[in-house]
Order: sequence, then C-alpha cells, then structure tokens
Amino acid sequence: MSTTSSQGSKRPLSPFMIGPYYRPQLTSILSITHRGTGVFLCAGALLLVWGCVALAAGQSDFATFVECLGSPLGTLAVIGFVYSLWFHFFNGLRHLGWDVGRGLELASAYSSGYAVMILTLLAGSATLWLIYLRS
Amino acid sequence: MSLQTPIARARGLGSAKNGSEHWIVQRVTAVLLLPLTLWFLYFACSLVGADYASVKAAVAQPWCAALLASFMIIVLYHAQLGLQVVIEDYLHVRWLEISALVIVKFIAFFGSIVVLLALARVALGA
Repeated sequence: MSTTSSQGSKRPLSPFMIGPYYRPQLTSILSITHRGTGVFLCAGALLLVWGCVALAAGQSDFATFVECLGSPLGTLAVIGFVYSLWFHFFNGLRHLGWDVGRGLELASAYSSGYAVMILTLLAGSATLWLIYLRS
Repeated sequence: MSLQTPIARARGLGSAKNGSEHWIVQRVTAVLLLPLTLWFLYFACSLVGADYASVKAAVAQPWCAALLASFMIIVLYHAQLGLQVVIEDYLHVRWLEISALVIVKFIAFFGSIVVLLALARVALGA
C-alpha cells in the first residue's frame, strides 16, 4: 500500500513537511531523536557483539577491541553511545508513560521532554566521568 | 475461507495485516531493558581499565554471563523491532524494504547466536 502513496502526487507528506510548511517543536524533535538514537544504538549493539566475540577469541583479539574503543574515533563513538543510550532510556520511559495514558497533556509532554534532556545530560556526563575521569 | 470468527479476525488483523503483537513485544522488551541497561552500564563501567584476565573472570561469573547474555539478546531483539518500523516507514521501494527487513532480522538473529556461543565459551572456560 505504501508503495504507491508517496509516488503519484507531489503533495508534501507529514513528517516531511519540514521547511516552509512545518515548524519543528520540542515534542517532534525529541520524537525523531528517539528514532535517531535508536538506529545509532544498533551500531553500539553490534560493537558489543564484537566485544563478546573478542573476549571469547583471546587476549590479542580483545586487545584489538579495547584499542579500537580507545582510539579517537572509538572515544567519540563511546561518548555518542553513552548519551544516546541515556536519551533513549529516559525518553523510552516517557513513551511507556504515554502508553499507559500518563502525561499526554501538552504541558506535561513539554515538561517531561525538558526533564528527559536534563536527565540525559546529567546521567550521560556522570557515566562518562566514571569511564574516563575516575581513577 | 477462515475458521476464525469475525471478531477474532478483527482483533488480530488491522489494515497492516498483522496484529498488535509487534507493538506489545517492543514495549515488553523496553521494560525488560530498563533494569538490564542499568546493570550493564554499572558492569561495563566497573570493567574500564581492567586487564583481559579480570574482564574474562568477571564476565564468566554465572550471574554476569546470564545477565550479559540476556541484555545482548533482548537488545538485539528490541533493535530489530525498532529498525523494522523505521524501514517500513521510510523505505518505499518494496524490494528494498523487504531486503532491508530480511537483512536486519538476520543480523539480529545471527548476532544473538554469536553472542550466546561467545559467552558460553567464556563462561564455561573453554
């Protein structure tokens, strides 16, 4: 069904009305960020699969894994995964709340949205402190 | 010709041709992942800077191996459910959509098998 709906007509389709037709708000930005972090975290899941395999394979394979995590690109990825995971965690809780009918009013959707951003910043930074700065 | 009653059919089949199972399982795995994620972050952070032998010994502990295996398998399951929705929403070329779905599901399945075998090897000390 969806194969033909987007072809045929030139009309803009939600949510692809971004531009002159659509003003982004906190709620829609957090919604797409939930998806974005979810997709990004799939790469993190595969990284963890590699970590498990490297651990089973032996010392030198595991050393390669740890070395990659410690490289500049690896560090950037870890930072991204940590913040993405906490965002997906807290915003997921927000979604679960909506699923049971809690916090659906516009005002609470906004305040929970701001809460998610603050909690993500705090928990993410605390986690990175545990990883990189403790010791 | 279906032997289902009309109400059973209506409950199970919307216009999407499948029921609400996907939606429910996505939520159930999400709820399971809440405590598992907290445990995983605690466990992973505790291993930062540890040498190979200590990491291996930590993962090999029965509860850790079981929790890590559960975390990984539920993560991969939740991931493929989420990616499925993203693919179905944004990939409008049917053969690309189907191919992407099959590839994603296979990677999640294969990843689960790989993790289970790897962790079994670590936990059983092979």
